[in-house]
Amino acid sequence: MHELGIVFHVIKTIQQVGQEQGLQNVASVTLELGEVSGAVPHELESCWDWAVKRTELMPAAKLRIETIPAVTHCGQCGQDYSTVPQGRSCPYCGSEETWLLRGDEINIKEIEAI
Amino acid sequence: MDRYKIIEVKESVFANNDREAERVRKQLKENKTFLLNLMSSPGSGKTTTLRRTIETLRDDLRIGVMEADIDSDVDAKAIADTGARAIQLHTGGMCHLDAAMTEQGLRELGTDDLDLVVLENVGNLVCPAEFDTGAVKNAMILSVPEGHDKPLKYPLIFTVCDVLLINKIDVLPYFDFDMDKVVAYAHMRNPNLKIFPISAKSGEGMGAWCDWLHQQVKSWQA
Repeated sequence: MHELGIVFHVIKTIQQVGQEQGLQNVASVTLELGEVSGAVPHELESCWDWAVKRTELMPAAKLRIETIPAVTHCGQCGQDYSTVPQGRSCPYCGSEETWLLRGDEINIKEIEAI
Repeated sequence: MDRYKIIEVKESVFANNDREAERVRKQLKENKTFLLNLMSSPGSGKTTTLRRTIETLRDDLRIGVMEADIDSDVDAKAIADTGARAIQLHTGGMCHLDAAMTEQGLRELGTDDLDLVVLENVGNLVCPAEFDTGAVKNAMILSVPEGHDKPLKYPLIFTVCDVLLINKIDVLPYFDFDMDKVVAYAHMRNPNLKIFPISAKSGEGMGAWCDWLHQQVKSWQA
């Protein structure tokens, strides 16, 4: 359900781009998806196929997903580490004073269009 | 296919919604209407908290409510009984509200004669946190039976909220709920988070929360 909302926002943005640039058809859309963005690629794809069919600009557009690995920074010892296997506690010093550097983003990188 | 070209978009999926949310906020500012986005799990005591809040503030503020919970645990009649104007929003089965849906709701509700509108978002702690609705402030209710570890499990919602109501403190003696821990965990994610322990049932703590909200509305209108 959450993925459907994201797909609607992607389509809306691309329709705006389409209008600004006078595009006729969009063949593919590339998303950059952070590892901890909370969106599931498989779910995005199934919402995607359902939703794009209902548009004029992009009825057959393919969805390509590029994963962005999540990285967390430790404010205590200054080290960066991989978020998914380690979680919130710093593997170097055990501190919980940590924050995500990247990996929660969902960006529209580029589209292939005519 | 070779006539197709690559066009760089380089935009966050949420950017479009963020722009719409800014537009909603600007309109609210012009109208002198304060919009509070209220988020929580189902069963956290939203109806009772909302009712109590409206009863406390209704002599000073003109209040409207937009109800968007898909599980509909707020009895629309219970809200209407308080004298507040209430409408039901249709999310179309979606797990959250975005700025466009909020804007539509505000139009349907009519805000010209309202000081405060409470948007009751869909009852979950994940999706509503991702989408800016255009609200002036974001509030969240966490109830004692849900446990003090929620800020660790659902960090984003604690990051985006301005105020946290810890509800059902009247049942604290019966649960292993550590108030100090929940405050520490929540502040770890958001040092500026304002926290009010309340019992919407007994009324304990409601005064401080309502005073805060009243103050927020007044400074928004100033």
